[in-house]
Amino acid sequence: MEHTPPPLFRTGPTPLTRLLILSTLSLMLLVADARFNYITLLRQATAVVLYPLQRLATAPAAIGRRISEFFVTHGALREDNQQLAARNLELAREAQQARALQQENAHLRGLLGARERAGMPALAAEILYAARDPFARKVMIDQGIQGGIEAGRPVVDHVGVIGQVTRVYPWLSEVTLITDKGHLVPVMNLRTGLRAVLAGTGDEGRLELRFIPLAADFQTGDQLVTSGIDGVYPPGLPVAEITHVERNTAYLFANIQCKPLAGAHNHAQVLVLGPMPEKPERPAENDGTAQKKRKKGG
Amino acid sequence: MSANSMTPQELLLPVRSGFILLTLVLALLANLLPWSGWTAWLAPDFVALLVLYWCIHEPRKFGFLTAWLLGLMMDIADGSLFGQHALAYVILAYAGTFLHRRVQRFSMAPQILHVIPLLLFTDLVVLLVRALAGADFPGLPYFLGSFVGAALWPPLTHLLKLPQRPRPDPDRV
Repeated sequence: MEHTPPPLFRTGPTPLTRLLILSTLSLMLLVADARFNYITLLRQATAVVLYPLQRLATAPAAIGRRISEFFVTHGALREDNQQLAARNLELAREAQQARALQQENAHLRGLLGARERAGMPALAAEILYAARDPFARKVMIDQGIQGGIEAGRPVVDHVGVIGQVTRVYPWLSEVTLITDKGHLVPVMNLRTGLRAVLAGTGDEGRLELRFIPLAADFQTGDQLVTSGIDGVYPPGLPVAEITHVERNTAYLFANIQCKPLAGAHNHAQVLVLGPMPEKPERPAENDGTAQKKRKKGG
Repeated sequence: MSANSMTPQELLLPVRSGFILLTLVLALLANLLPWSGWTAWLAPDFVALLVLYWCIHEPRKFGFLTAWLLGLMMDIADGSLFGQHALAYVILAYAGTFLHRRVQRFSMAPQILHVIPLLLFTDLVVLLVRALAGADFPGLPYFLGSFVGAALWPPLTHLLKLPQRPRPDPDRV
């Protein structure tokens, strides 16, 4: 019988074997992540290991911001203060009107027997960094499971909708921006009340309205707000403004370009809104075959 | 390559495992810095660069498993598909280990010519995985980081070899 002599040095498996083993493992993880979302626990465990590094890496920027805040000039502060006072006055006027309107609304709703629209609890968070992934538009914020955040929560800044929480880690969460390719937001045209679906394009600062008939009343400058029919975004939040409408009769649908109102790139402070009030159960489908999974907005 | 592109090899002290670990943590930190705008396109993947460096210079001390775990961490940090960087780094580590005897013999300029295609190939693996998962091609600037990374190779090599250089003996003149 022929057999090879034992190796002089113990070196373990050959590089090629190791490459094959680890590549196979990676591919399995990739498939498990992309198709089945099986590995949430593994993700979170790795995230815990990584967390101190993430905080450390974003610390210089935060310290720099604090230092620059310290050296703000007196003039700049006064100017800022004046602007804020003016804005405050304006907002106070609006708030007074809003209170009156709210009362009127509550009265009318009571008359209609409709349920009261609950005020939403919100959680302030700070954007730590934008993910380097060039294929997606995501940011990391500094609140996670510990802060009571769940996947699916809408995220807004003081202007409008930024995006939606898609993954939560113990102390961080990942927010997919509305400009991410494939992210959909159900919206309503504020001027006409027409409903549509706003889709991200993957480009920063560009969104498009999909499947709008040529004759539909959409004009440049129209404001789009969330319509709230998806159960993710509460109704009435400003989202985008139409920048360009092109009606070419060669195509079935109008080409409508929009730009988002809020920008994750220019503000560090955001609000994570609370869960939507429970909606009434959907009426049961007649045949069992039509039971599809409800798709979230992301 | 002509014979004069090869350099005489210098004798170095053995590298400490702690030092390798420290450089890897620093590379992870560099990758996690809040890059934004055009710097995000220019920023090289420091972890990939370090993986390649240690695979070429210390293939016995730097294992594939380390590269793989680093890849998993990058996937979490980027919020990308779990395993895409792990796969890319393992392939990079294999390529680096496979070529280490060859690359070490060359001087800096030819070394860079080896580093560029290896880093580009890593980018390509990530691109392929994402394309299969349904992403769009993000444009040619996607590959810029690899060239910047290759340009950083000479200063990186110099820097990382510093602790291995023997101190000059003060008693000898």
